[in-house]
Amino acid sequence: MIPTVAQEVSFVSSSRTDDADPNPVSVTQPTRIKSVKAKERRRKPADKRKNLEILFFISPALILIAVFMLLPIIQAVRFSVYNWKGFGPLVDFVGLKNYARVLQNEVFTDAMIHNLIIIGGSIALQLPIGLGIALLLNRKMKIQSLLRTIIFVPYVLSEVIAGVIWFQLLQPQYGVVDTIISKLGIQGPAQGWLGTPELALWTVLAVLTWKYLGLAVILFLAGLQGVPSELYEAAQIDGASWWQIQRKITIPLLGPTLRTWGFLSMIGSLQLFDMVWILTGGGPANSTTTMASFLVSEGTKRQNFGVAAAASVILFVVALILAVSYQQFVLKRDSQPDDERTKPKKVKA
Amino acid sequence: MLSKSRTAKMLALAATGSLLFSGCASGSDTPEASTNGTTTITWWHNSNNGEGKAYYEKVAKDFEATHQGVDIEVNAMQHEDMLTKLDAAFQSGDTPDVYMERGGGELAAHVEAGLTKDLSEQASEELKFLGDTAGGWQIDGKTYALPYSLGAAGFWYNKALFKKAGVDKAPETWQDLLDASDKLKKAGITPISVGAGDKWPAAHYWYYAAVRECAQQTLADSVTNMDFSDQCFVKAGEDVDQLIKTEPFNPGFLSTPAQSGPTSASGLLATGKVAMELAGHWEPGVMQGLTEDGKGLGKNTGWFSFPAIEGGQGDPKAQLGGGDAWAVAQDAPDEAVEFAKYMVSEKVQKGFAELDMGLPTNPKAKDSVADPALVSMMDVRDKAPYFQLYFDTAFGASVGGAMNDQIALLFAGKSDAQKIVDASQDAADLEK
Repeated sequence: MIPTVAQEVSFVSSSRTDDADPNPVSVTQPTRIKSVKAKERRRKPADKRKNLEILFFISPALILIAVFMLLPIIQAVRFSVYNWKGFGPLVDFVGLKNYARVLQNEVFTDAMIHNLIIIGGSIALQLPIGLGIALLLNRKMKIQSLLRTIIFVPYVLSEVIAGVIWFQLLQPQYGVVDTIISKLGIQGPAQGWLGTPELALWTVLAVLTWKYLGLAVILFLAGLQGVPSELYEAAQIDGASWWQIQRKITIPLLGPTLRTWGFLSMIGSLQLFDMVWILTGGGPANSTTTMASFLVSEGTKRQNFGVAAAASVILFVVALILAVSYQQFVLKRDSQPDDERTKPKKVKA
Repeated sequence: MLSKSRTAKMLALAATGSLLFSGCASGSDTPEASTNGTTTITWWHNSNNGEGKAYYEKVAKDFEATHQGVDIEVNAMQHEDMLTKLDAAFQSGDTPDVYMERGGGELAAHVEAGLTKDLSEQASEELKFLGDTAGGWQIDGKTYALPYSLGAAGFWYNKALFKKAGVDKAPETWQDLLDASDKLKKAGITPISVGAGDKWPAAHYWYYAAVRECAQQTLADSVTNMDFSDQCFVKAGEDVDQLIKTEPFNPGFLSTPAQSGPTSASGLLATGKVAMELAGHWEPGVMQGLTEDGKGLGKNTGWFSFPAIEGGQGDPKAQLGGGDAWAVAQDAPDEAVEFAKYMVSEKVQKGFAELDMGLPTNPKAKDSVADPALVSMMDVRDKAPYFQLYFDTAFGASVGGAMNDQIALLFAGKSDAQKIVDASQDAADLEK
């Protein structure tokens, strides 16, 4: 009860400010629009100058975005309809054949499945573990900041360096991991953790979890700071147990943070490249190929730049669709003005 | 007030503008642009370890000393890194002036795109003594690069470990190889290391088996017509599969890299962890870089040719191999051609041979090869009735890549002899 009221207050105030935005489509406030328009007309010369000023100051950023994001995207689309070896002029136009080649390629469809496994696996592993660690670290204890640092260190490490270290640790026979478990009487897989097709993807997932758990914990901890302590006090007064407090107060209020983290994790998993490339190069037997590693090896190893570009466009579209639908169906509830969300609850109450 | 702020804005605009434009300008200038009369030549090579690296630095200095106003920018890179960077360089059109070409389909593509200079005229003197060895870098009678090292692939082995396991004679037939591997295993020694993580080291087994199985004419036709329909290619796959099934390879070979680090295939051989490895002429140099004393296997280094396969149509003395040649970028200055020529001169090649950096192509430098294993390989190379370029080089990256991928799958137990042929043919058909 209490949290919803508190939320409502904050949301109502925020939705008020939203309404203050001049909204030309709205028909409910014709008078206000007119007055705004009149104001605009009066202040036009000043506005023009202001717009120019804005344009001037954001243009460096715009230029950078155009050169390093828009242009490459357009280039990729252009390359994807040609048969091109990576140098020389673009002459051999093949239409959508490259797309067909990519989508009919089992290695690529498997790569998509690997990406999906990594998305699911990352969330399934990092969410409970990260949340658990964040809740533990949120309690007052002596070495709190040291523990937080330790958990966060893997994330700070460059992905390539972490990959090289794990590659050495996971060497069959001579690696640290195999040495340790053989001391415990367990025999590591004969081909090694990264050399066995059935295990390689899970090993990569484990390393990724180690690497990105820190980010999840830090984000969750930040989210926890935003939970007002009065709620805890009130709950304690009402006699709620620690578990009840976490379940009914902390986790629901952590919702927006969890959803944002889920988004970051999903996009990261979709574009996964560095760690896979360092650990396995997409092998053994293509068992860890991701969409990104597929397109890089098609491009740089086989010089089928047209096919690689088609794969990159497909990856872009897949990521875009997933991102937009996530925004639409999951994240929207965090940003929309919240009458609809709170109304049913009110009825209930 | 107003004018003041305006001046300030104009200044800011001018400053930003000049920053932007200077950014553009520095991006587009040419490396050869001479400001004070010096010509800069960029040179990329892959001798990034120990003595070889130092030697090439000395070579560049010597050349600078005899050629006034020439400045050579030397870039030593790890082999795979260099290939990646070269691809990027070809793409941008900003190729280094002197770089390495491996011939075959790769070179043909670069020539077609107008990236590589025709050296037939300017290096006619050198081509006289290089003779046949330059064949792999000739297209339509024109030579596009000067080979400085040409070698056959074969098995490098650790003589001490062979002795320990009671293998007295280097294997000569396929059965000998299987027997030797068996003996080594019984002695508790891992017989062979292979860097199947990089794919091409695994693919070399199939290439060589195909050279043994296919008749000379069949091989030549398959390269020109991109045709793998002959049954000998399937047989090659079956031979390799037979070897794989005896499990002679180092644990984790599917993720083992070819030559980077002590846990790579070359590293395992160099540090005495395995008894042999199928590799090219570069192996002693690579092993030297991977051992602390810089000597590799030293006196224990042995070499034997890929064994004969019973019933094969190919000449058992034929060799699979490849070489490295210095090519010059189309837009490079004449001094770059001079430098490429200098690199195959007697003086440079002798030093190159003395350090066992490869197998020299200049006949006058052949006697300088110190390593007995390399000498034995050079004999085999010079006596071979014919020489087949590595398939991935000969067929070009696209077909070669498809082939290598499928062969790596065979090593993982996820493919078969027929699928290798099919995948190669599919990729070849897309090229036609």
